[in-house]
Amino acid sequence: MAEPQHHDEPTKHEEHIVSPKIYLAIGTTLLVFTAITVGASLIDLPGDLNAVVALAIACFKMTLVVLFFMHVKYSSKLTKLTVAAGFLTFVVLITMTMTDYISRAWGRW
Amino acid sequence: MDSHTLAAQTSETAHIEHEHPPFLRHHFASVEQQRETATFGMWLFLLTEIMFFGGLFCSYLIFRNWYYPAFVVASHSLHLWAGTLNTTLLIISSFTMAMAVHASETRVRKALIGWMIATIILGCGFLCVKAYEWHDEWVEHHVPGLNFSPQGFLHGTHDYPDDKLQLDMAEKTQVYFSLYFAMTGMHALHMVIGVSLLSFLLFQAYGGKYVNGHVAPIENFGLYWHFVDIVWIFLFPLLYLISRHQ
Repeated sequence: MAEPQHHDEPTKHEEHIVSPKIYLAIGTTLLVFTAITVGASLIDLPGDLNAVVALAIACFKMTLVVLFFMHVKYSSKLTKLTVAAGFLTFVVLITMTMTDYISRAWGRW
Repeated sequence: MDSHTLAAQTSETAHIEHEHPPFLRHHFASVEQQRETATFGMWLFLLTEIMFFGGLFCSYLIFRNWYYPAFVVASHSLHLWAGTLNTTLLIISSFTMAMAVHASETRVRKALIGWMIATIILGCGFLCVKAYEWHDEWVEHHVPGLNFSPQGFLHGTHDYPDDKLQLDMAEKTQVYFSLYFAMTGMHALHMVIGVSLLSFLLFQAYGGKYVNGHVAPIENFGLYWHFVDIVWIFLFPLLYLISRHQ
């Protein structure tokens, strides 16, 4: 009987040590985008663009934190799937709530 | 010989027979598998946290739409500099926590302790700024249910002379401040819990733990800390930024 092939086991996953250089680059990027989002809030953009820009930057910052600080980029498929499934469920719940909210004919207050 | 002694001896022998690090539980095949399992469990917990804060964000979205003028004027009363300072402190603390995980992985005790202390200091700094803001809001009578007064929202302010609401709409700023205190309060509670847990981990790291390959507790605390950072990354624009020019 041959030796069990350990490297083929689905639970097996090589831990990846992320270099401090990457952490420093990500931290700096996050600070730069904090400055950008504050700067953008001081400019009067047309319509709802202020909110769109601020939330887009927040989503971008979140993505950086999740992928690099929280190691999801270097994690196993199980972790990646868990995180993705969680965010998807969250989006579905918010969408359903909002669909209900905007399709009702209630007064303003 | 009673059964207790026997059990103790058996487990003692078991450790000698197949040598493994003392922190590896017997039901795991390897340290790696144990770490992977812990990360999976931690993420499941964080997903419940996403749903929890997500509910608050959702109600903020709907109520902002309902009482739009009240939310805009109430948002103008926050200090932009305090929010910016706190965002900066939290992002730097996320960086120092990531470095603490790195120090644990590379097994450098001094670096681990140093980065953990830096994270605790930055976290406390955040809480101090938050406490200053809350105090300011108390002085301004912006705390719903305790000392709220709509007077500040009727006649405009120095920076926003046009911020003149009708009395009924000025009363609705309480909805903004209720959500503001609920969200920043829950976030600050998470910070207090985080600083407490980290202090405990620091105490253990001081005693020599977590630099022998046992990274999971540090790593999972890091996940928690970064999650709390992400919540603030969204609270900051929603509460402070998006109503600046409305």
